[in-house]
Order: sequence, then structure tokens, then C-alpha cells
Amino acid sequence: MLNDIGFIIGTSLMYAAPLLFTALGGVISENSGVVNIGLEGMMTIGAFIGAAVGYYVGNPWIAFIAAGLAGGIFALLHAIASVTFHADQVVSGIAINFLGPGVALFISRLLFNGSTMTKSLSFSAKMPRPLNGLFRSNSFSDIIFNQYATVYLAFILVFVMWYTLYKTKLGLRIRAVGEHPASADTLGVSVTKIRYFGVILSGILAGFGGAAMSIAVVSNFRPTLISGQGFIALAAVIFGKWKPQGAMWACLLFGAAQGLTVYLGGAGVINISSQLLAMLPYVLTLVVLVGFVGKSVAPAASGEAYEKGE
Amino acid sequence: MSNIDFNHKVVEMKNITKKFGDFTANDNINLTVHKGEVHALLGENGAGKTTLMNVLYGLYQPTSGEIYIREEKTSIEDPNVAIKKGIGMVHQHFMLVQPFTVAENIILGMETTRGISLDMKKAVEDVKKLSDKYGLYVDPNAKIQDISVGMQQRVEILKALYRGAEILILDEPTAVLTPQEIEDLIEIIRSLTEQGKTIIIITHKLKEIKMTSNYCTIIRRGKRIDTVKVSETSEDDLASKMVGREVNFKVVKKEREKGNTSIKIDNLVVKDNRGINAVDGLSLEINSGEILGLAGIDGNGQSELIEALNGLRYVDSGKIFMNGKDITNKSPKEVLDNNVAVIPEDRQKRGLVLDFSMAENMILENYHKEPFSKRGILSYNNIENFAKDLIKRFDVRPENEKIKAKALSGGNQQKVIIAREVTNDPDLLIASQPTRGLDVGAIEYVHNALVEQRDKGKAVFLVSLELDEIMNVSDRIAVIYEGKIVGIIDAKDADEKTLGLMMAGGGKDGE
Amino acid sequence: MENNRGNKYSIRQRILSSKLTFTILSIIMGLLVGAIVLLIAGFNPVQAYRIMIDGVFSRTKYISYAIIYATPLIITGLSVTFAFRTGLFNIGAEGQYIIGALVATLIGYFLELPLVIHVIVVFLFAAIAAGLWGGIAGFLKAKFGVHEVIATIMLNWIALYLNNYLVMRPFLRRPESESSYDILDSASITILEKWKYSETGREWLSAHPYIKDFLSAPANLGFIIAILLAILVWYILNRTTLGYELRAVGFNKDAAEYGGIKVEKSIITSMMIAGALAGSAGALQVMGVTKNVIMLPVMEGYGFDGIAVALIGGTTAIGNIFSGLLFGALQYGGPKIQPPLGAPSEVVDIMIGTIVLFIAIPKLFKIIMNARKRGEKNAK
Repeated sequence: MLNDIGFIIGTSLMYAAPLLFTALGGVISENSGVVNIGLEGMMTIGAFIGAAVGYYVGNPWIAFIAAGLAGGIFALLHAIASVTFHADQVVSGIAINFLGPGVALFISRLLFNGSTMTKSLSFSAKMPRPLNGLFRSNSFSDIIFNQYATVYLAFILVFVMWYTLYKTKLGLRIRAVGEHPASADTLGVSVTKIRYFGVILSGILAGFGGAAMSIAVVSNFRPTLISGQGFIALAAVIFGKWKPQGAMWACLLFGAAQGLTVYLGGAGVINISSQLLAMLPYVLTLVVLVGFVGKSVAPAASGEAYEKGE
Repeated sequence: MSNIDFNHKVVEMKNITKKFGDFTANDNINLTVHKGEVHALLGENGAGKTTLMNVLYGLYQPTSGEIYIREEKTSIEDPNVAIKKGIGMVHQHFMLVQPFTVAENIILGMETTRGISLDMKKAVEDVKKLSDKYGLYVDPNAKIQDISVGMQQRVEILKALYRGAEILILDEPTAVLTPQEIEDLIEIIRSLTEQGKTIIIITHKLKEIKMTSNYCTIIRRGKRIDTVKVSETSEDDLASKMVGREVNFKVVKKEREKGNTSIKIDNLVVKDNRGINAVDGLSLEINSGEILGLAGIDGNGQSELIEALNGLRYVDSGKIFMNGKDITNKSPKEVLDNNVAVIPEDRQKRGLVLDFSMAENMILENYHKEPFSKRGILSYNNIENFAKDLIKRFDVRPENEKIKAKALSGGNQQKVIIAREVTNDPDLLIASQPTRGLDVGAIEYVHNALVEQRDKGKAVFLVSLELDEIMNVSDRIAVIYEGKIVGIIDAKDADEKTLGLMMAGGGKDGE
Repeated sequence: MENNRGNKYSIRQRILSSKLTFTILSIIMGLLVGAIVLLIAGFNPVQAYRIMIDGVFSRTKYISYAIIYATPLIITGLSVTFAFRTGLFNIGAEGQYIIGALVATLIGYFLELPLVIHVIVVFLFAAIAAGLWGGIAGFLKAKFGVHEVIATIMLNWIALYLNNYLVMRPFLRRPESESSYDILDSASITILEKWKYSETGREWLSAHPYIKDFLSAPANLGFIIAILLAILVWYILNRTTLGYELRAVGFNKDAAEYGGIKVEKSIITSMMIAGALAGSAGALQVMGVTKNVIMLPVMEGYGFDGIAVALIGGTTAIGNIFSGLLFGALQYGGPKIQPPLGAPSEVVDIMIGTIVLFIAIPKLFKIIMNARKRGEKNAK
């Protein structure tokens, strides 16, 4: 019984991590005033690059960083469009969601003999479990805490993001740009630089999120791997009221729902169709949104291009 | 009295031209300001005053021309350069981050830090020191969204001083202030110039210039008309220079005939968005054939009152009777059907659908009626003919009913709304801030339209933050304070001081 | 002389600044980027594009297929367009499509009705069900302030799993398969479905090879209905008081409220209509092409593609027809480069993404044109 609970918690944490990276990306981008609906595309390209680099180089950390860079490059496109050319941020994000998977599958076919699936990573190319061996194998603690490094990293990043946003000069500026860009501008804070920073960082984080899926949770990339997780992360951002800690709780909820599904689906404990179970987290989200999120307030200038009166 | 040091030219703008596409906002303007001077820039809305100051502050780059700061040629590429050169600007629309504290707003861009972290303790101390020095008292830990507009203005001034501003640009600084707050501001300006600061005030209010400024540069349609010594120039002279013709601010109207009660508001209670009673037991009667002006400081329940009358906001208790009929908590449609028309305070937010054509805007309340539609199908033919007629009658320009409302000037946008509301032939016309942001010609037009309604024997309810307007146009003046009417006086007996006191909650005759 | 020049300029400028021009430029950019990507990957773009064009236009069968591909996209595009014009972002066309297809299958399989009536009943039920599904998001937004983007994303997944749950129930699942039973023939809108395989049909068709080729694809009435729906959407938006209300709310809900329009009701109505449109796309697809629904491992993408179709179509009803056809042609013709060249068909997604990206930034084209204009002036 105890181990069952442990299994659910452990699986929840594992599934929460990729969402968490990506949601943190959404948090930083939206706080700087740019809506990033392209997280899905950035996550997909990250997942692919992570798996592909992991396969060829064999080092999970190089793969992970490469995934971040790939996400960052696509975010750069989003930033150029929405910050420099004042694009409709939602439309630009939609474009990224076509480009990300498109490029990922295109390259995959070139590299892997026309296949849209990358070859499986060898064990050494997979994300390590830093605490492996610390606990008795299959003990309660082991099941919960013997996680991939990416899981720990994701939760550390929540704190780092919170500290940056609320306790540092940079964070003050980011939030000011997201709330009232003209105010920041008149005080000599460059709206353009801050927004580029926010958007590119969000792409890097989404790229990490993708890799946390493709080189940790599973061992390869396939077209259906991400399908929708970027959007779930986006929901987590709004759910979490645009705050890193809020997004974390939302991701844990989504992760928990997934963990529960995996557990019940696998154990056959209760005789409910796995399809109905899979539906649960989404229904739950709607209920929670209706129940107690109510009118949460986005950063005031989020979604608006900043133009200097011209 | 004057603190001017004529030996030091602090600001010199030479032959400044600024074009936006084909539009010339500033046309070869020259401006010289000395140390310790209060220099007014006078001009109508859209004359180019703010553009000129945005050029000085580095928000815009001039198309041509040169700027000298302390007699040194300077190219001000962005606000950072302006700040370094000791220029500070308080914008008309405050540049404050609402959820941030006073101290956070002040240090933004020049943060106090300790290691990688913000040092908010030092920031608060710095702000306290600064506000003591200049007598600008604020609570550094209060959030902007919780403090009054007058306080917010102090924060803006402190922001500039924190950056070591020697030259302070104030853009329409009194637009949102109460008479008492204006006096405080004048005091602040005096104390700043005594400490050697130079101040440029952008304004279109003549009285203010007389009260504050040493010199005044008048700008009209992007061109500098004149620079005058304020003490040697009359208000009328300033006005005609600003507008380019003789202007008469007095509204001419016939003696009024007292009519029956049009609307009766009885002990009304209305909550604002935060759930606080914004209108708090307000009673008022307006008669047909009169203009009743509602004077008051912004945020004393005017907006909520109008929205409640309009059917847009829920009335918690109390009653509204129109022509004797209860219209409390009726929908906007039903209110209109009871012959109440409203010119809303924010024409771009409430009054118009900016992306609709002029014609579509003119039927906003009547689209579902014949001849504009029949059984749910619109008749664009009838709509456009109707619009063409209104455009002619109300002199809207350009004369093209298909043009989008957002392409119209502010004055013409207001004409569209007035045309629409007046053709409903209402028994009561509610006009909330109907002249905000309009130029003199358009203001005259609006005032005349209101008087015309009154002369037709209709009731007019004028709500305005501009005391001059209230005093000029109204027959009777009611004063609102904290959601209640604190007094009603005849316009003939009204003077600014009494009204100002009442607006600040002093009550009639200083009760 | 001077005047003449001015006139000429203004006409030229008007053409250059029109929305359609930006759209066409964006499409050209998309084709260009696609070509560059192919070139970098070592393929001959001219050859690839020729294969695509041949793959769509060289046979009437191909044209027929391209139209079949385009049909649901035009309609989901209309759904997104309708919501968009009323100020709402319908990411939920995907889920509404699924609901429409699912209900169409249920009604088409379980109800036994005469020929034409069955089709109408299936269509109506599917549209109403999907309309209600879309209405949920509208209701949540109007009453609880839940952002429609989040609500529709959630509803998409719920719809997907609901579909999978029902498809796998014994009463609907075709044994030993991951799909439902087929709808009855009376609910089919495939053109001459029986006749084309009948004796007389075969005989006649072999005498008319082009028509035979055209009908060898599951050609159906869907495309005609899509065009009718586009006209209907245009009419509702631009010529009815309902459309007036919805557009007013979309542009400025405060002004609409002040004008006496019920904003909450409008939001719900708009999402219901958008949902009904996306649902009819699903219904037509079932009645005309698939005849059943299957267990969906992932989203099929009709709704998401619909967003791109709507954007490329300039969020106008009529524009959707053309952008939907472009989409259909790309999605049908694109994969044909894979067998002969070995070139990844995903170049199509890259092209679409590029087009949408450029659609998002008309400002870029404006800047380029202004720079050119200035250049011309200086050259004078």
C-alpha cells in the first residue's frame, strides 16, 4: 500500500517536471508582456533535438543544453515577430507551433532514414538519477526520490525563477515591462531588451521541458511525444496566476493526475476505463478554474505590442 | 519672487521639426528656458506641445533641429540620456506600475541593490529622505493602486528628483487634481524653483499659467506663435494666441423656464468594482428645462452614478424615477426606452466601437429597430442614409459614413455620439465629461448642443471634473463628495472657492 | 503632371497596403522558405514543387482528393473565423470537430431514416451537439471569467477521451478493430457512391475517364456545403442584427453593453455557433469520407489547422474557402515528394508555419515598402 502511494507520487513528479520547465518559460515570457502560445512548438523541437543529440553524442547534459538552445532559437523567431515587428502574439505563437514540429520531423526523417522516430538512447545517454543507490532499492523513499536529475532541476528552477522575479533588479524590470512598458521605457529600461530576454528564456525552458520528456521520461522522440503538453503548460501558467510557485502547483496537479492514471491503468485497481481516467485531469482543471481561480489577473500589458506613440 | 537666473540658459531647442509620416507635429520650433524659470507651453490638444517635450526627453528623435542643455549641444537619443542630463518628465497619463509600491516605482531603472538582490530597505529610506527635502510627503510602502491621484503625481515628481532632475517637465499636471491639490502643487513648484530647479509646464489652461509661470510659449498647429512674459499678458490675449481667433468662453443662454421634475434619484446606493459603496445614499432631482451640473473631484462616485443611471451598474438600494416611472436596475435598453440618453465619460471605451464605421456607430442603440433592420436583417441602405443625414446636421467631418470611427478626431467622435444621443430625442440627456480632450472649437460645439437641449425644454445632467465648465454651462450646480450630494447652489451664486471647499467635503457655507 | 504622379502612387499604394497583398506576399515567402529548406537539405526544390503541383492537378482524381482534404479545414477555419470576429479565440475547434464526428456516427448508425432526411438529421444533431460543446467554453467565460483558450484546450482533451471511450464500447465498436461501426448508407453524402460501383455506373464511367477518375476518390457534397456555410457565415456576420451584436461585442464589449447588447449572451452564442461550425466539419467528414470514427491516439489537427486556415484567409468567411483549398492542396500534394525524392513531407508544415508567421507581421512588409519608397524619392 505504502509503495503504491510512493509509486503515484514518484510518477507524478516525473510527469510534472517537463510541464514545469515549460510552464516556467511561460511565466517569464508573460511577465515580460509577451503571450507565448508557441510553447508547444518550442517544447517539441526541444524534445527532438534532445533525443537526437543524445543519440549521436551520448551525453545527456550536452543533449539537454542543445534542446534548450533549439527552443531558444524558435523563441527568437517569436521575439523578432512579436517584439520588433509588433506581430499579433497569438498568431506568431501559432506559427511556431507549425514550425517546431515541422522542423523536428523534417530533420528526423533526414537523420533517421525517413523515420519520424529517433533511435533509442543508450543507457549512458539518458538523464542520470543522481540519488540512485542512496535508498534501499524499491523502498518507499527510493520510489519517490530516486528521480531523474531533470526533476530536481525543475523544482530548483521554480525557486530561482521566484527569486529572480521578486527579489532582483532584473525581476523588478521584467515585471514593470509586463505591467506598464511605457513606464519602464521612460525610466530608461529597454522594453525591447527585456522582452527579448523573457521570450528567449521561455524558449530555452520549453526546450528543456521537451528534453526532460525525451531523454528522461522516455528514451526517444516520436511525433506524438509532446502532443499537447505545451498547451497544458500554458494552462498551468494561467492556473498558477502567472507566478512560478503557482505554476508549480498546477503542474503538480497535472502530473498527479497523470501519475494516478498510470497507476490505475497499470494496476487495474478500479475497473474504470482508462479513457475516462485520462479525461480526469482536464475535467478537474475546468472545475478548479470555475471554482477558485475566478478572475485572476494577467500582467496588464501581456499580449500587447509596445509602440512608442508613433 | 522670481528665482530666474537669466545668465544660465538651461534648455535651448533650436528649429525643432518632428514629422510622423506626412504629418508635421512640430514645425521649426524654438524654445529657450532659463534656470529657475517656470515656463509654460500653451496650446490646444494636438498642437504639438507634448511631442516637443517628448523630443526633449528623448522619447522621440527630432526630424531636424538642435537641442542645447546648459549651453552644450546635446543629442538626446533616449530617456537615459535625458535623465543623465538632469531632465525629468511627469507625463499626463502617469507612468506608474499599479501593483508596485511607491518605492519600487521610484527606483525602477536605478535600483538600489545589495549583491544580486534588490535592497528595498535602502530604497524606502532614500525615498523618505527625498520627500522630506522637497516637502513631497508619500508613503513609500503603499501600492500605487491604493493611493490618490494627487499622491501619484507626487510619486512621479519624486521619480524625477530621485534621478537628480534639474529640469522638470510637467505635462498637464492639474488635469486630474482638485482645487486644493492644485494649490499644493503650486506650492511644490514654488519650493522647487527656490531650490534652483527649472520647470516646464505643458497646459491648455490659462488660469494655471497665470498662477504658476513666468514665461509662456504658445504653440498652434505645430508652430511656435509667440513667447510672452506672463505677468504682462492677459488671459484673453493668451487665449486668442492659442486658438488663432477671438474666443468667448462664456456660454450664452436664455433665462430658463422652470419645468417639472424629469428624473428623481432617491437615496441611491451603488457599489464600485471593489464592493465599496461609491454612491452612498445620494438624492437628486433634475428638472426639465435646466442644466444641472455635477461638480466633484474624480473618484467620488460620479462614474458609478452615471453607470447606475445608464443601467450598466447594479443599484444596491434606493430608487430612480424617470418621468415618475421607476427605472431602477433596468437594462440599458429599457433606460433608453424611458427617454434617457447618455454621453458616456469615455467615448473610446464606452461610446464608440472604434472598428465600426461611423454609420454603424450611429445606430448602436437602435440597430434592432426599423428602419435599420427588419426581422433580424440589417438594411445598410437605410442605415447609411440615416448616417448621411446626421453627418450633415451635426457637421461631422470627414463626410463619409463608411469611415471607421477610429479614424475620426476626438471632436468628431464626440459629435457622432452627440448626434446619436440627441436624435433619440431624450427627455433627459446625461453628459459625462463631454469635452475631455477636445479643442476649443469642439468644446463650444458641445456646450451649445447641451444648451440647445435645455432650451427645447429637456433636462440635461452635466457631469464634469472641470469646474470652469460646470460653472459656465449649468443652471444649478450640485456637488458630490464621497457618493453623496453635499450641496446644491444656483450657478449665478457659485464661486470657485465655495465649490472647491464643498468638493473637498467642506459642505455649503463651511458647515 | 505632378498630379498624375500622385494619383498613380495612391493607386499603387492602395494595392500594396491591402490585406490581400500581404497575404499573397506571405504565401510567396512560405514557398520561398520551403524551397530554401529543401535546398539546404540537398533536394531540388523546383523538382519537389513540380511533383507537388502535378500531384494535385495532373489528374481529376488528385483534384478531387485535394478538395476532400480542404473541405473540413474550410469549415473549421470558418469556426475559428466566426469566433475571432466576435473577439474570441477558438482553439477548441479540434474538440468540437471530434464531438461533431462522434455524434454524426452515433446518429448515422443507430437511427434509421429515409434517404435525404437522415443526412439532414445527422447534420443537425452533430452541429447542435458540437454547438453545445463550444457553448460550454462560452458559458465558462461569460459566467466565471475562465479564459476561453484554457477552457477550449481542456475541452479538446475531454472530447478526445470521450470519443475514445465511446468508440471502444461494445455497442459501437466494430469487433476486432479500433474503430466504430460504419454509418448507414442513408446517411452518406458521398456522390453516387452505390452507382459508381454498379454495372451501369461502371459502364458509363469507363466511357468518361475524367469523371471516373474524379469519382474514384470519395467525392462528396461536403465541399458544396462548406461553400454554403461560408456564405452563411458572411451573411450572419455582416447582414444581420445578430452579427452586428457579436461584432460589436468583439470589437468593444463596453460600448456594446452601453448600446444595450447583452455581452454574456453574445459570448455564449458566438461560441455555440463556432462550435456548431466545427462540429459540422466533423459530421460532413464522417458522412462523406470516413463513414466512422476511430480511436484517436492523438489529436487529428483539423481544429489547429483550422486556426491557420482562418488566419491565412484573413479571418474572412470567403477568404477561408481559398486558404482552405491552399491547405488541402499542400497537405495532399506535399507528401507526394517523399517516395520519389526522399524529401520529408514536413516541409509543408514549415511552409505553413512560415506563411502564418509572415501573416502575423504585416509591419515588416510595410517597413520594406516604405524603405523602397524613400529610396525612390532619394533617387529622384
